[in-house]
Amino acid sequence: MFKPFQNIFPAILSIVFAVLAWQFTVQVTQLPRFILPAPVDVWSRFLKALSDGSLIYHTGITLAEIVLGLLAGITFATVTGYALAKSRALEKVLSPYLVASQAIPVVAIAPLLVIWLGDGILSKVVICALIVYFPVLVNTVVGVRAVPTALYDLMHSIRATRGQILLKLELPASLPILLGGLRIGATLSVIGAIVGELVDAEQGLGFLLQLGDFQYDTSMVFVAVFMLIALALSMYGVVTLLERKFLKWQNPSR
Amino acid sequence: MTTNPTLTVQDLSVVFPDSNGGLNALENISFDVSPREFICFLGPSGSGKTTLLRVLANLLQPTAGQVHFIRHEQPKIGMVFQQPSLMPWRSVLENIKLPLELEGVDESTARKKAQEMIELMGLRGFEDSWPRDLSGGMAQRVGIARALIHDPDLLLLDEPFASLDALTRERMWMELSRIWQAKQKTVIMVTHSINESLFLADRVLVLTQRPGKIKLDVEVDLPRPRKDDIRYTPHFGKLARKLREAIE
Ligand SMILES: Nc1ncnc2c1ncn2[C@@H]1O[C@H](COP(=O)(O)OP(=O)(O)OP(=O)(O)O)[C@@H](O)[C@H]1O
Ligand SMILES: [Mg+2]
Repeated sequence: MFKPFQNIFPAILSIVFAVLAWQFTVQVTQLPRFILPAPVDVWSRFLKALSDGSLIYHTGITLAEIVLGLLAGITFATVTGYALAKSRALEKVLSPYLVASQAIPVVAIAPLLVIWLGDGILSKVVICALIVYFPVLVNTVVGVRAVPTALYDLMHSIRATRGQILLKLELPASLPILLGGLRIGATLSVIGAIVGELVDAEQGLGFLLQLGDFQYDTSMVFVAVFMLIALALSMYGVVTLLERKFLKWQNPSR
Repeated sequence: MTTNPTLTVQDLSVVFPDSNGGLNALENISFDVSPREFICFLGPSGSGKTTLLRVLANLLQPTAGQVHFIRHEQPKIGMVFQQPSLMPWRSVLENIKLPLELEGVDESTARKKAQEMIELMGLRGFEDSWPRDLSGGMAQRVGIARALIHDPDLLLLDEPFASLDALTRERMWMELSRIWQAKQKTVIMVTHSINESLFLADRVLVLTQRPGKIKLDVEVDLPRPRKDDIRYTPHFGKLARKLREAIE
């Protein structure tokens, strides 16, 4: 009963403190609003954007890009990762490309992708997927390779089919490492979506951010940034929930 | 119940590749197993006992020689590994019912049978424990339960009672004898204990130091059911001495 409260309490305290310090800075320095708006300004801007529906709309777009990009990235990464883990030959052929692809920062090819795929949602989904791909791929390979051979022997001794080995051995055995990759991927995907939107977009939080910037509506920029933080934290939270649900056996006590 | 396998092993050799020309684990092993026979393998560490079981379970291809099963089909196997080999993400009950799951037995039947095995192995109260919370002996009993649950025709047991205390071990001997007699199984068991082999087996085969060859093949013609005091009979003593001499 008290545990979550105890965990959250210091966090709330530090947030309250930070907001107060922010307000204090604004009051002491008397900086113009378009350079550093006060917390109250940001809050009222937030309420306004919320009530005219624009905030929800743009957040929804960005969220959609993140979720679709994440799903696509994870799907491709786990499929290729599994194949690589299973075949040393394939790994030898493909790994130079994979490593080379990692040397190119996604930020650098984002404009290209927007040119090729348009300024709509698709280009952002692809950028997200690309940025998520590598960490999930690496963790899939490591996870599948870490499955104990003794358990393969067990499964073969009771004549498990390939599908059963995949579902009842390889998947659960590699899940801890897989979810570790997902944890990295989930936070990266938020970055991917924003990078894409900042290149060129007509919608999304990145668009909102840029719009606020052009119009000297700095409060709006702050609102967009806070929404992004909220999105990143919720992605992280979802992965944590998955870990709690599926990795119960790893928890120190029950 | 399906018919039991009769098993023929012919000139079996296993060589593991290594840097200096290969490691001969088993050399020219031949033996027959009659239906529902209980066979024990004794031998020093590294004589290839585990390797032999792995070949019989079709987990390892022999370098030379063959394993023939009657009717040329691999029988249904229940295997107890030297290490318990439990899945750490499954509870005790879920580990035990795994073979039934793979056979597509429905969930409630599988749970009921697993519960029966839990009772039989003296694991009641630990159904929902995680493997890492078990003692070595308990983990091994979970492994035994899992090997028996799907009613296999051929049991391959690799030192299944090694980490049990003396009392539990002897209780397990009784259980295994009872199951073996009631369910018409063929059992091939590896052990380091002469007493254990004489208590349980119809036949004891002794392997030599690496490379493993069959050094001795003795019929254990002690009357059944064998009770604890059988070890004080002269015939038991004679067989035990014979085995001890063969081992070293
Ligand atoms: N996969 C393998 N690769 C290489 N060498 C192996 C492999 N498995 C077993 N060996 C070697 O084969 C020999 C026999 O091993 P095995 O495990 O069958 O012995 P064992 O009789 O079961 O011994 P113990 O009583 O200690 O369990 C050993 O020298 C071992 O090092
Ligand atoms: Mg062994």
